[in-house]
Amino acid sequence: MSMADDVTAHPEGEPTITEGVTPDRTWPLYEVFVRGKRGLNHVHVGSLHAPDDHMALHNARNLYTRRNEGVSIWVVRADAITASSPDEKDPFFSPSADKVYRHPTFYAIPEDVPHL
Amino acid sequence: MDRDEQELAEAFDATVAAEGRIEPRDWMPEGYRKTLIRQIAQHAHSEIIGMQPEGNWILRAPSLRRKAILLAKVQDEAGHGLYLYSATETLGVDRTELTEKLIDSRQKYSSIFNYPTLTFADIGVIGWLVDGAAICNQVPLCRSSYGPYARAMVRICKEESFHQRQGFELLMTLMAGTDAQREMVQDAVDRWWWPSLMMFGPADGDSPNTQQSMAWRIKRHTNDELRQRYVDMTVPQAAALGVTLPDPELRWNDERRAHDFGAIDWDEFTAVVKGAGPCNAQRLAHRRAAHEGGQWVRDAASAYAAKQQTRRQEGEVAA
Repeated sequence: MSMADDVTAHPEGEPTITEGVTPDRTWPLYEVFVRGKRGLNHVHVGSLHAPDDHMALHNARNLYTRRNEGVSIWVVRADAITASSPDEKDPFFSPSADKVYRHPTFYAIPEDVPHL
Repeated sequence: MDRDEQELAEAFDATVAAEGRIEPRDWMPEGYRKTLIRQIAQHAHSEIIGMQPEGNWILRAPSLRRKAILLAKVQDEAGHGLYLYSATETLGVDRTELTEKLIDSRQKYSSIFNYPTLTFADIGVIGWLVDGAAICNQVPLCRSSYGPYARAMVRICKEESFHQRQGFELLMTLMAGTDAQREMVQDAVDRWWWPSLMMFGPADGDSPNTQQSMAWRIKRHTNDELRQRYVDMTVPQAAALGVTLPDPELRWNDERRAHDFGAIDWDEFTAVVKGAGPCNAQRLAHRRAAHEGGQWVRDAASAYAAKQQTRRQEGEVAA
């Protein structure tokens, strides 16, 4: 699973301020990543809207770590994430499929050889 | 449907049939996307409106302990609403638009929240019966075919367990109290039992979308299956508590290995869905007032962010 799986960039690109529209509609979307405990990677947990990076971080703390779920949070503006295409048939990943010699099971070793 | 789309549809069907997960930027049928948006938004709205009946008792909770618990629970409901709005946004809708649809009555929320919380025992019964029904509905959705929805449900179900247990404990405490307190619990059970059964939605024969939703794996069991499971789970809990579920026809059926229960008043259900419940107007008016009354907070946050950004830019120029 790629890190940016849930990311939805704003479909129309950068949001614009329109008259008669509440300001929070234009607040950017942030993706939230939480490190559950020391020794683990940050993992994507969801998203939220906030007027700036700082408030995004505070809102993420309130929303996603109410029960000690994390020791560290990243917030990243969704429009700053570049994601690969979700289509599994995408040739993007095909170079890794035909290099079976990269896997340990490619090599036949007699069973009675220890520690290999 | 052109050939490319045919291929995409086949790939989608194969993924779903193999219990795979559909992720946000995957191709999906338009009906699947629309149904999910409606289902998840309705669920999100229910969490948000669901803060009101319980919030009603925060200032009147009988002890600091109960007040702290109730505050935490109501905060969780807000959190659940936000996890779910976050999931709907992966389908290409904007959560501000969903809030507007809710307060304009263009999208629904669970009818259970249109009943009033008359006594503090209602807080316990909501935790036990209403959250119990919600758990019954939601646990299977942790395996929904739509990845972001399934993941949101996993988080929510973990937290619902606290909700149900605090409710049951609250009721056990009341049941160990005075006769008046025990009567208060029974009265609350009498009022909430039937609406809780209605939470599972219309009987299978009157639920035309069930089949398609089950084929898409965004619904895992029929309404009647879940309702039966809930009744069977709740009967021994009621016995442990020492309350009577208000249904003279409720009894164990040895042949079916399940409980038989009386007919649900579907006219009441339909009336409440259509807006004639005791609190429909009040709930929406309150949600609208909170949204509009909160405008200055959103404005202030935007103004603060703009000011900070200007200062940073000026700082960069000076440096």
